[in-house]
Amino acid sequence: MSSLWEYANPLKFMRTTDWLLPIVAVAAVVITTVGLVWGFFFTPDDFRQGSTVKIVFIHVPSAMMAINAWVMMLVASLIWLIRRHHVSALAARAAAPVGAVMTVIGLITGAVWGQPMWGTWWAWDPRLTAFLILFLFYLGYIAMWAAIDDPDTGADLTAVLCLVGSVFAVLSRYAANFWNQGLHQGASLSVAPGTRMDWAYKAPLYTCMVGFGLIFLALVLAGTRTEIRARRMKALAARERMA
Amino acid sequence: MIALLTRDLRLAFRAGGGFGLGLAFFLILAVLVPLGVGPDRTTLALIAPGILWVGALLACLLSLDRIFALDYEDGSLDLLATAPVPLEGVVSIKALAHWITTGVPLVLVSPVLGLLLSLPVPAYGWLLLSLTLGTPALSVIGTFGAALTVGLKRGGLLLSLLVLPLYIPTLVFGAEVVSRGAQGLAVGTPLALLAGITAGAVALLPFASAHVIRINLR
Repeated sequence: MSSLWEYANPLKFMRTTDWLLPIVAVAAVVITTVGLVWGFFFTPDDFRQGSTVKIVFIHVPSAMMAINAWVMMLVASLIWLIRRHHVSALAARAAAPVGAVMTVIGLITGAVWGQPMWGTWWAWDPRLTAFLILFLFYLGYIAMWAAIDDPDTGADLTAVLCLVGSVFAVLSRYAANFWNQGLHQGASLSVAPGTRMDWAYKAPLYTCMVGFGLIFLALVLAGTRTEIRARRMKALAARERMA
Repeated sequence: MIALLTRDLRLAFRAGGGFGLGLAFFLILAVLVPLGVGPDRTTLALIAPGILWVGALLACLLSLDRIFALDYEDGSLDLLATAPVPLEGVVSIKALAHWITTGVPLVLVSPVLGLLLSLPVPAYGWLLLSLTLGTPALSVIGTFGAALTVGLKRGGLLLSLLVLPLYIPTLVFGAEVVSRGAQGLAVGTPLALLAGITAGAVALLPFASAHVIRINLR
């Protein structure tokens, strides 16, 4: 355990994730189940929002992971561009569909909650708009990977796309901000004093956030392992053809 | 570099260059919208800034795949990449040529189309100014998209999927300038932000585009 960069070696990565992946996967299922059951059945109803408030236990973790997944792709793309570790590029590729699905979950749960609370499924509110735009960026990124046959070219192009896309995604976020404050409330959780949420909600919410993080980690690890195996099979097939 | 610019311009203006296609598209869009929405002047005046900006954006998109595709097919892109001129400069010139052949005409005809959409009178100046400031960003960002998809067989659809999300900030600020101008409000902030995006894109994106082309030619 001398350095993080050891895991850039696919062999080392595979050997470590062999035992790590089942642990992460089981922990993800257990913690998410505990968090959701706790949140759905063992918290009081909000005095104004009733039981609809409980969608927060899916909405906030998925929205958080949707953004974190893009940040992780950004870091992985940078690592690929600078140090050219294949595992990093493959991890970025594996994270994109997971992040896209998290974005969709965030949008759908938001719409389901917004219908009774705001009286509308959708509003062109800055946060909502930015999330829809983030989803478009995920689509472009995934389509770019799918369009290119050569894996190294694909990794290079999508990495540059991810960097440029990040800048424009942030720009779009603040461009949408420009219209007005919109319907969406401010951050539900904050380290600043005077936070608005009671611990009765916060504790299961944090549990769900950890659970969603672990789900993301498990899916990305599994996806990366699949990509590595697919590469190996391609290499083996190429070697067979040469022989 | 000037030789490259004149060559690109000549290729675009002469027959088969597709010059004017974007303009025709822009015109058709401005005709179709009133047909779809109805001829009510107040409604049209309300949506005209957005329609004109979206139209300019889509018209720009039409001609993007031509930026590198022909040069890639006949091999001149390989020559340009190995030429003593830095590839970043080549890419910038390509973007400039694209802007001159699509951006500038769009800016020039936009007041006429504004007339069709009954754009309020005080907005014309802001429309011209915002398009002048914004269309270079559209060309530069589009050049980046074209560079990403240059080696692909069916790059056209992917190109629009990649480029349109990148156009969002430009579109938001550009349309905001015009609609604020139409209502007689202060336009300084969105105008400055629009100019900032253009300046940043013109300064930085050619490096990304050149890097991407080198990858694609590898």
